[in-house]
Amino acid sequence: MTTIIFWLLAGFTLAAAVMVVVSRRLMYSAVSLLFTLVGIAGLYIFLWADFIAVVQIVIYVGGITVLILFGIMLTNRIESVNISHDRVQMRYGLIGGSGLLILLLIMIFRTPWQVLPAVEPASTIDVIGRMLLIDYLLPFEVASLLLLAALIGAATLARRKR
Amino acid sequence: MDHLQTYLVIASLLFVIGLVGVITRRNAIAVLMGVELILNAANLNFVAFARFGGINLSGHVFSVFVMIMAAAEAAVALAIIINIYHLFHTVNVDEADELKQ
Amino acid sequence: MIAAALIILFLPLLGFIIQLFLGRRLPRQGDFVGIGMVLVTLVTAIGMLVIILIQGDPDFRREVAFTWLNLGSFKIELGLLIDNITVIMLVVVALISSASHIYSTRYMEGDPGYSRYFAYLSIFTFSMNGIVLANNLVSLYIFWELVGLSSYLLIGFWYSKDSAAAAGKKAFLTNRVGDLGFFIGIMLLFTAVGSFNFNEIFHSVGQGTPSGWLLTLAGLGLFCGAVGKSAQVPLHIWLPDAMEGPTPVSALIHAATMVAAGVYLLVRLFPILTPDALTAIAYVGGFTALFAATIAITQNDIKRVLAYSTLSQLGYMVMAVGTGAYVAGFFHLVTHAMFKATLFYGAGSVIHAMHHALDEIGNHSIDPQDMRNMGGLRQPMPVTYRAMLISTLAISGVPLFSGFISKDAILAGSLAFAQHSPGHFLIPFFGFTAALITPIYMFRLIFLTFHHRPQKPQLHSGIQESPMEMKLPMVVLSVMTFFLFYTLPSFNPLSDAGWFTSLVVARDAVLPPGVALTAHEVAEGIHHAHLPTIITSLSLAGIGMLLGWLIFLKQKISADNLAERSGLLYRLSFNKFYVDEIYQRYLYRPFLRLAERVGFIDWDIYDQRFIDGIGRQGSRLAHFIGAVDWEGLDKKLVNGIGRGLQRAGQGLRQVQTGQLQNYLLFAFLALVIIIIIQVI
Repeated sequence: MTTIIFWLLAGFTLAAAVMVVVSRRLMYSAVSLLFTLVGIAGLYIFLWADFIAVVQIVIYVGGITVLILFGIMLTNRIESVNISHDRVQMRYGLIGGSGLLILLLIMIFRTPWQVLPAVEPASTIDVIGRMLLIDYLLPFEVASLLLLAALIGAATLARRKR
Repeated sequence: MDHLQTYLVIASLLFVIGLVGVITRRNAIAVLMGVELILNAANLNFVAFARFGGINLSGHVFSVFVMIMAAAEAAVALAIIINIYHLFHTVNVDEADELKQ
Repeated sequence: MIAAALIILFLPLLGFIIQLFLGRRLPRQGDFVGIGMVLVTLVTAIGMLVIILIQGDPDFRREVAFTWLNLGSFKIELGLLIDNITVIMLVVVALISSASHIYSTRYMEGDPGYSRYFAYLSIFTFSMNGIVLANNLVSLYIFWELVGLSSYLLIGFWYSKDSAAAAGKKAFLTNRVGDLGFFIGIMLLFTAVGSFNFNEIFHSVGQGTPSGWLLTLAGLGLFCGAVGKSAQVPLHIWLPDAMEGPTPVSALIHAATMVAAGVYLLVRLFPILTPDALTAIAYVGGFTALFAATIAITQNDIKRVLAYSTLSQLGYMVMAVGTGAYVAGFFHLVTHAMFKATLFYGAGSVIHAMHHALDEIGNHSIDPQDMRNMGGLRQPMPVTYRAMLISTLAISGVPLFSGFISKDAILAGSLAFAQHSPGHFLIPFFGFTAALITPIYMFRLIFLTFHHRPQKPQLHSGIQESPMEMKLPMVVLSVMTFFLFYTLPSFNPLSDAGWFTSLVVARDAVLPPGVALTAHEVAEGIHHAHLPTIITSLSLAGIGMLLGWLIFLKQKISADNLAERSGLLYRLSFNKFYVDEIYQRYLYRPFLRLAERVGFIDWDIYDQRFIDGIGRQGSRLAHFIGAVDWEGLDKKLVNGIGRGLQRAGQGLRQVQTGQLQNYLLFAFLALVIIIIIQVI
């Protein structure tokens, strides 16, 4: 049962991701992105990463997608949507992309991955919290600084020049 | 679903889809969405390696950092896009080719 | 000790941050933050000094370090090193910095950049303390550059004035030249030793790596840094221009502390300097001492006279290091900081009063810094006069003052050096001649400013003594020129023996024995040279003062006559030996021309012709070949080549689209290709 759910989820995620790239309407792309992100959150649960899954939903679905939707609405007038010329260099892009994909797949299946046995932890939040505040304290603080800088930078950039 | 390779394949598919999006889309916001896909692919890899590396949660911590970075990046990128829109009255990347001069 | 050092290091930084972000909103624009911080550091530093005085241990040292970067075998540490030299230097920095802070509250009063000014002073104090406390070359280099930055900011403080902005740039760029050598020196040592830590470097050099010419080269590289910071010839040109900054800044940075950083560096690294490097150092220092002194005689701007005097005194210190008497050099650093800061405060006080008087009569065409516009300031400004007179006596080398003992030790060192190696007789010659000229230009300054009849009588009524906040630093620091502060518990005004010399003891170079003179040999030589030095230097100082008195006060010997008679010499000195002009003509202009030419090659030839032209040239070549061979052997083949080239050219041209995604695509295609090649 879970196997079927997993494959359905994976297929759904990838299909939504394809839609993000293929869809001609920007709005559809954004909604597909939303689905992709939710699908990835589902995959995280299969990977025993409950905390990351929740963070994924909160940050990506709740934050970034909304931001992107705002961006679309602020920069697109309905009448100016030009459907016919939505893509460039499709051919080369597909060639490059599939070439890279083939290489990655070869790499994935050729490498003898070492998998360590593990049992599912009751909760990961506890350990992640400890790691963030002990082992990764400096990156954690730097990240907060980065967010502050991004906040100020975005506000400065987006402000209309007088 | 209990194989590392499964997740790696999904992640690389996501990565390539995102890459194609970045390269082929004209709209800057669509490009940004491609970047988000790429970042998510990387995140999926982090978490997958954490799961199959004997629950080494460093991978989780790193994916948190990647998300933080993605949030910052999205905010700044959208601010820039809005600025470009004011300047060029378009957000199509190929029309904003001041770099050519 | 470590905690105290951390307080001293980081309090000024805290002050800087507070003033930078909140300064303008605080009452009094936040000057009390900086003053409070620096006073706390002063108290802490004095506490440390008391502790080491009680301990009385010349080998005292504490070190703490943590790893900053760890890249496998390559590790960079940051750390603090505290020994007696550090503590004494910390006290000097904190003392002069406090004095400058207090002085500035009135000197800079009403300036629109008041809070910014105090923020800069704080960041300077932080970086200077960082240099003093560094335990390895990397931390030292970081703070070294920070000091350069704060100096740049403070010289160019009145950046709306073109000359100030230019002076700041000049200081920064000139320092950069020296720092390049410094960096090379650091890297030479690092590649040989594998560590930046002073102790580890000393240890390794003692073991013989590096040695010989490589070590000499490294030492000279480090000395380059000192040449830049301590403004030795040929990089001295920035210091006189740096007088564009506010006067308390000149006192703090360009007289007492930052310019002494180069000397401090040499004192720190003395054990690894080879005899060859030391000889070069001695010559540069001695030449600077004499060279700058000769320029100081003819300058008319009161601050410029002091600037050249500073150059000359710094030359003394560097020369002392070069002759092996580096303790004497460090001693002179400390004593000089006190009297030169006083002199600058006095000059600032005079300029302040002149400004005030000029404001009162509403005349701004008179230069308030030109000594020819002063004269007769003794009556209205008695405190300034006395403080400056005391400091002048100190710098001239009159007994009972600190300058006498420290300068004497240096001169004795140079004499001992020449006795050891008679070929280097020029070194004591430089030293003693400068000692003769020093009182002449210093008393010229005093007489012109304070004794002469008022040159601009209309100003005279407006001249007032400076307020308390400006008098206090002058008085305190001029008292500090009294010899007892440095010789206790000894009361002998003719010898430098005392707490200072018992705490700062000369160390042997770590070089293999026989290569360099040992500290004992140097001390022995100095001891023997002591008496002749005292006699000579005293008579020289006496002659100098007498000459100054005769020429500039009694005018028995006419200065103008002298100037005329010495013609060329006078003009050379007055125009600072045309160094700036020479650099302009033979260094800057050819460089700019070279840059222009390179730019021409890069843009007109490389970019326009080569890059853009690849396609065009190809097609032109094809056309040419096609035209020549059209009727010739094989029309089609040749034409085909031509067309092929043409197409290739056009294709290449299209690559340059200016579109980000294009570039990205090519980058990824290239990546795929590279991976494929790698795998195969």
